[in-house]
Amino acid sequence: MSQDHSLNPETMPHDPSKATTEGKHKFLGLWFFLGGETVLFACFFGTFIALRNSTAGGPTSQELFGLELVFLMTVLLLTSSLTSVYAIYHMKNNDFKKMQLWFGITALLGIGFLACELYEFAHYITEYGFTFRSSAFGSAFYTLVGFHGGHVIFGLSWLIALMVRNAKRGLNLYNAPKYNTFSLYWHFIDVVWVFIFTVVYLMGAVS
Amino acid sequence: MSIATTQKKGFGAVLWDYLTTVDHKKIGNMYIAAGAFFFLIGGLEALIIRIQLIKPENDFISAGLYNEMITMHGTTMIFFAATPILIGFMNAIMPLQIGARDVAFPFLNSLGFWLFFFGGVLLNLSWIFGGGAPDAGWTSYAPLSLQSPGHGVDFYVMGLQLSGAGTLMGGINFIVTIVTMRAPGMTYMRMPLFTWTTFVTSILILFAFPALTVGLFLLMFDRMFGSAFFDVALGGNAIIWQHLFWIFGHPEVYILILPAFGIFSEIIPAFSKKRLFGYTSMVFATFLIAFLGFMVWAHHMFTVGLGPVANAIFAVATMAIAVPTGIKIFNWLATMWGGSITINSAMLWALAFIPSFTIGGMTGVMLGAASADYQYHDTYFVVAHFHYVIVGGVVFGIFAATHYWYPKMFGRILHEGLGKLSFWLFFIGFHLTFFIQHFLGLMGMPRRYWVFLENQGLDTGNLISTIGAFLMGLGTIVVLINVVYTAVKGKKVSGDPWDARTLEWAIPSPPPEYNFKQLPLVRGLDPLWIEKTEGKGKMTPAEPVVDIHMPNGSIYPFIMTIGFFIASIGFIFQVDNNVWLLAVYFGMALALGTMVVRSLKDDHGYHIHKEDLEREAD
Repeated sequence: MSQDHSLNPETMPHDPSKATTEGKHKFLGLWFFLGGETVLFACFFGTFIALRNSTAGGPTSQELFGLELVFLMTVLLLTSSLTSVYAIYHMKNNDFKKMQLWFGITALLGIGFLACELYEFAHYITEYGFTFRSSAFGSAFYTLVGFHGGHVIFGLSWLIALMVRNAKRGLNLYNAPKYNTFSLYWHFIDVVWVFIFTVVYLMGAVS
Repeated sequence: MSIATTQKKGFGAVLWDYLTTVDHKKIGNMYIAAGAFFFLIGGLEALIIRIQLIKPENDFISAGLYNEMITMHGTTMIFFAATPILIGFMNAIMPLQIGARDVAFPFLNSLGFWLFFFGGVLLNLSWIFGGGAPDAGWTSYAPLSLQSPGHGVDFYVMGLQLSGAGTLMGGINFIVTIVTMRAPGMTYMRMPLFTWTTFVTSILILFAFPALTVGLFLLMFDRMFGSAFFDVALGGNAIIWQHLFWIFGHPEVYILILPAFGIFSEIIPAFSKKRLFGYTSMVFATFLIAFLGFMVWAHHMFTVGLGPVANAIFAVATMAIAVPTGIKIFNWLATMWGGSITINSAMLWALAFIPSFTIGGMTGVMLGAASADYQYHDTYFVVAHFHYVIVGGVVFGIFAATHYWYPKMFGRILHEGLGKLSFWLFFIGFHLTFFIQHFLGLMGMPRRYWVFLENQGLDTGNLISTIGAFLMGLGTIVVLINVVYTAVKGKKVSGDPWDARTLEWAIPSPPPEYNFKQLPLVRGLDPLWIEKTEGKGKMTPAEPVVDIHMPNGSIYPFIMTIGFFIASIGFIFQVDNNVWLLAVYFGMALALGTMVVRSLKDDHGYHIHKEDLEREAD
């Protein structure tokens, strides 16, 4: 069945991402999903905190972490969260082109973050011999930060797929909820990073 | 019934229908059928355990095989029998109880089912391909689980990971369904108790299962990729597994028991012809149990050495759970007080549940006393305790629900005589099996031991226990016979065979695919009963007959699951040979590729037109 959900200024609802039943379900469902994700990351954080001093004679967090790169990564990811807010703002104003533009910037910032993270991991492995298998600290570090990085990769693939798929057909009530749920998910990734920055890097560099 | 559905379909068409269905009722049936299948496997394993323990120093099976039996019995019963059967009933009944046409995410519902099912299949394939089943106990404590040879524990990890993901999806789905899809007038405090317990259980699933996910990932990385979470030589800490497992594991037992509480809270009022006593306190008690359920995980770890302060806190929190549970017990008793009670099979299970579960609760408080627990820990006293709550609570609940809702789900009523026979066999067998185990435990018989010596006062008790187990097996067989008999020759019934109170009885049995032709207007708690007492006898529609929007069926959930299944097998065997990494890549590509296709292809569903609906009414 073909349904014409495309929007024009007259039929434009206040918030296209929550105007349909499916949109409301997705919005709520993603919030609950993020609740579960919070427990997931809480468990990884707990594991990391328990094992962060178990270096088994290998490099410690003070020797490893350079806050300059991590600061850059934080700036990139936090900014990408802000740009996704702009994108959603333009979605609510039914300005598809500007929405795509800001989501495009979001994706670029996300890719930049990921590149820094890959460089960071490669640096630890080649310069310090600090790997997933070298100590319990290593296992916990790469698992926590790596799971976050995996979430970034998943989010980027999701965003790029959405942008390519809808590039030609514009905004409608069917795809608006998809953009909106992505944006929620992206904020969540950002919040997790704030905790990683604090618990892993700041606490690691200081203590 | 519509003309289309009464036509005979070929086997292939039926199979395709079930592989692609997104209908919550069919998915519920599949959950129950698959869960029942695993229940039989787990039951056979239990019988083998009991045969081994029938006499001192028996050599019916080897020590290694015995370890595999106890591990598989526990894992199968908890994850692949009890949980899915309850989720099946939630699927089949909860949307009907709130006056919804489906769940919020029908596609996800199907995916959740297939992930659970293939997780169970994967776990059981370990018997054939794993060089033996997992043998580190259902709790799979590190470092024992790291030392376990062969691939058994790897199958455990991947099987539980698959099914856990499926269960999590189900949980999110039910929460959103209950929040957004209640019929007009169905406020939260008018929801039937089974819907309430489904809601609270789903919240527990949402916050408990990710802890298991993390624990399984750590175990997987340690076993398959050489990480050092539990490897003390590299600074790891094996207690982390115990914490993660029980942060999940304790809420899991409430995930099992709360739906059973909900089932009894439906059956007891229906057959007492009274509204549930203390409805509000029942809802409150459910939430309190769920909340406290997250605060008590370390009572499984009293003997680990967390120290007296931690033990004391967790002991007090544990005993506090007796309060809301006690509220529930007294509410059920008060519901029956002065009621016009009908005693049939469903009600028999409910009546038997109350004292059986209370015994389990009482031993729970005993175990919660941390200092005394040093005596009980890892003895048959613990085994007796958790079988009293899980069999006496959950399994009784499942049998009660089977008798109560079978007419709604299939339009036929289970045979009453066979139902009573199965009840008495199982009920007597249950107490025979497990009551004596309290005393075996107090006399010092440790759990998980392959043999015991003669003349230590354990011989007679174990013999009695084994006899009881066979009676339970017999009772289960009678239930099966009853189901088969009913499917073939059972009496057909109307939509409301019990003269019951809640919304699911206001529609035909079995319900049409759209459930409610017109969404009903709910005017209070027990909405159908209100209409009956006020002389109308049926629900007032809240809307005119309009087109009904339905989701399309889809084969994608099945394909995604196959992808993850193949990848899981790849993960297990890549330890031996890197070629298996190809299976990982292929499986993940298949699963993720299907996800992309699902995401990019528009799927607007279809409509059942109002003209067809009006025609069907005739």
